[in-house]
Amino acid sequence: MKEITYKEALREALSEEMTRDENVILMGEDIGIYGGNFQVTQDLVLKFGEERVIDTPLSEAAIAGCATGAAMSGLRPVVEVMFSDFVTLMMDNLVNQAAKLSFMSAGKVSVPMVVRLPMGCGTGAAAQHSQSLEAWMCHVPGLKVVFPSNPYEAKGLMKAAVRDNNPVIFCEHKLLYDAVGNVPQEEYLVQIGQANIMKKGTQLSVITYGYSVQKCLQAAMQLRVKGVDVEIIDLRTLLPLDEKTIIDSVKKTGRALIVHEAVKTGGIGAEIAALIAEKAFPYLKAPVMRLAGKDVPVPFNKNLEQAVVPQVADIKKAAERLMRK
Amino acid sequence: MSLTNEKTINMYTKMITARLMEEMIGQLFAGGILYGTTHLGIGQEASAIAACMALQEGDKITLTHRNHLGCIGIGMELKYIMAEMFGKETGVCSGLGGSMHLLDPDKGNLGGNGIVGGGLGIATGAALKMKYKRENNVVLCFLGDGATNEGLFHEAMNLASIWKLPVVFYVENNGYAVSMPTERSMNIHDIAKRAESYGMRSIILDGNNAVDVYNLTFSAVQYVREGNGPMLIESKTYRISGHSKNDTEQRYRDAHEIEQWNAKCPIKRLEEYMLKNNVATKEMLKKINAQVTEELKEAILFSQNSLEPAVEDLQRYVYAK
Ligand SMILES: Cc1ncc(C[n+]2csc(CCOP(=O)(O)OP(=O)(O)O)c2C)c(N)n1
Ligand SMILES: [Mg+2]
Repeated sequence: MKEITYKEALREALSEEMTRDENVILMGEDIGIYGGNFQVTQDLVLKFGEERVIDTPLSEAAIAGCATGAAMSGLRPVVEVMFSDFVTLMMDNLVNQAAKLSFMSAGKVSVPMVVRLPMGCGTGAAAQHSQSLEAWMCHVPGLKVVFPSNPYEAKGLMKAAVRDNNPVIFCEHKLLYDAVGNVPQEEYLVQIGQANIMKKGTQLSVITYGYSVQKCLQAAMQLRVKGVDVEIIDLRTLLPLDEKTIIDSVKKTGRALIVHEAVKTGGIGAEIAALIAEKAFPYLKAPVMRLAGKDVPVPFNKNLEQAVVPQVADIKKAAERLMRK
Repeated sequence: MSLTNEKTINMYTKMITARLMEEMIGQLFAGGILYGTTHLGIGQEASAIAACMALQEGDKITLTHRNHLGCIGIGMELKYIMAEMFGKETGVCSGLGGSMHLLDPDKGNLGGNGIVGGGLGIATGAALKMKYKRENNVVLCFLGDGATNEGLFHEAMNLASIWKLPVVFYVENNGYAVSMPTERSMNIHDIAKRAESYGMRSIILDGNNAVDVYNLTFSAVQYVREGNGPMLIESKTYRISGHSKNDTEQRYRDAHEIEQWNAKCPIKRLEEYMLKNNVATKEMLKKINAQVTEELKEAILFSQNSLEPAVEDLQRYVYAK
């Protein structure tokens, strides 16, 4: 094992995959000498050259389209979107083209590409640079959506995403880039479609992903002191969902709290709540609870910014409320 | 209207206000006092401010992420801009927008923008309204060289052209989009050339020469105001500051290049012009600087003494009443 940061984990994964397969290329704004807005691609251009680490003009629609065409033709492009918010400019290509080509062609073509989206708030970048848009992407059959919560997952999922033959939306959280964690020295993959039980528990299933996982772990430690034994499921992949892990856990505990930073309405939490209602209803001791971002754009002011997303104290309070039911 | 002495002094005052304000903002960020991020326009004061000065009552502007200068140019008050930088309730957007989203419709500012090219559609639509209502006004749409590679730029240019809308697309070519030099992001030397394919007139101006910026923008705006359809202006200038507060290393350009452009400082050049043409004396310029410094201090005090916006009010503006 060795200790590295989330962004180093991503960089290592990209570097290893590029070394392994010459078809893997990187495209994005300021990913070359600038190293990417969050330094994920730092120095990769020096190692692999400008032909494989491609600095693009500000043309998101064309970048996504170009990656799709290149992927259909045999390359494996990994696209960096500077902030996830700008994926809106790529949506036609991702939703109407990349996601549907395998299906519409009856499997004659595939689109093996990865689109990296730095998500989330907490940097004071305000409403157009702070959103969590993963639920949008999950509404599109043909895409896969992953959201690693630590360096181990970041590296393993990235390597799996690069090797996947479908368009994979790779969500990253800005506040995680400098988070440290252990990764094996030897090569490993984290399989897409598999959730991970971060902490075993018996009384309450907390289902979460991304940056919220860290917060839930902290809340669980505080709850432990109060005698509440929480199980934490890190989803890792949001599409396709690992239904079995979720349902098995809820059947065991009888209580479910879903936590995410993205706004509540139409969020992943709604999907999971519905899934639990369909498949584990008789096991429930209390109504399923969702704790999510407020249905407002992310404000600039720091106090307000903190108030729009679930914090550790909110998670702890919600869990306690759920235990009383 | 030609550039009167009074107007020149006003222009100079705004330019020096912007410069001192932005230097202060830079320091406040470096000191960890301000939160979030910011894009300074040091070196581009003439390009942005003199262009705004060429507008008249009822005209509008749309701005970019680098929007502080345009705000000063259009006449927004320093203290409300600064309070927004501090995220305070008294800020021009009640602390909800921050550095990139300064917006003040009363002053004709339809907004800074966090999305590159985001102002292009808005400017075109505002011009559509002016035409529809037979108003004698124009929209000055600010954008960067980088933004002209976005799809929306091309769609908006075409719409404005076929509908003959009163909008001036004001492209500040400052040499870079973050780390990407303009010569690498497009295969033409002059962005102005892009207008031609939409049947649109264009001009190129020296964005570091305030007097030229004013005069040429004024005549372009006049042409558009007369109902001749849109125009594109390419203002050639240079960003002395880093792209944003995070752009510290700047491996993509060398110090020599920055030095060369420092020598073309738009503020120094305007000072020289004013002294040479007896628009102002050295003493007058000194006095202006002192006044602005004082005003800036007051604006910061005002900001620091203002209240934070209330968490209870979060939902208040999500939907219009
Ligand atoms: C659609 C979109 N893509 C990328 C970005 C990130 N970004 C912010 S400013 C900027 C550079 C813009 O360059 P230019 O238009 O030349 O304006 P300048 O920064 O030079 O003033 C980039 C890439 C963004 N905000 N929006
Ligand atoms: Mg530029």
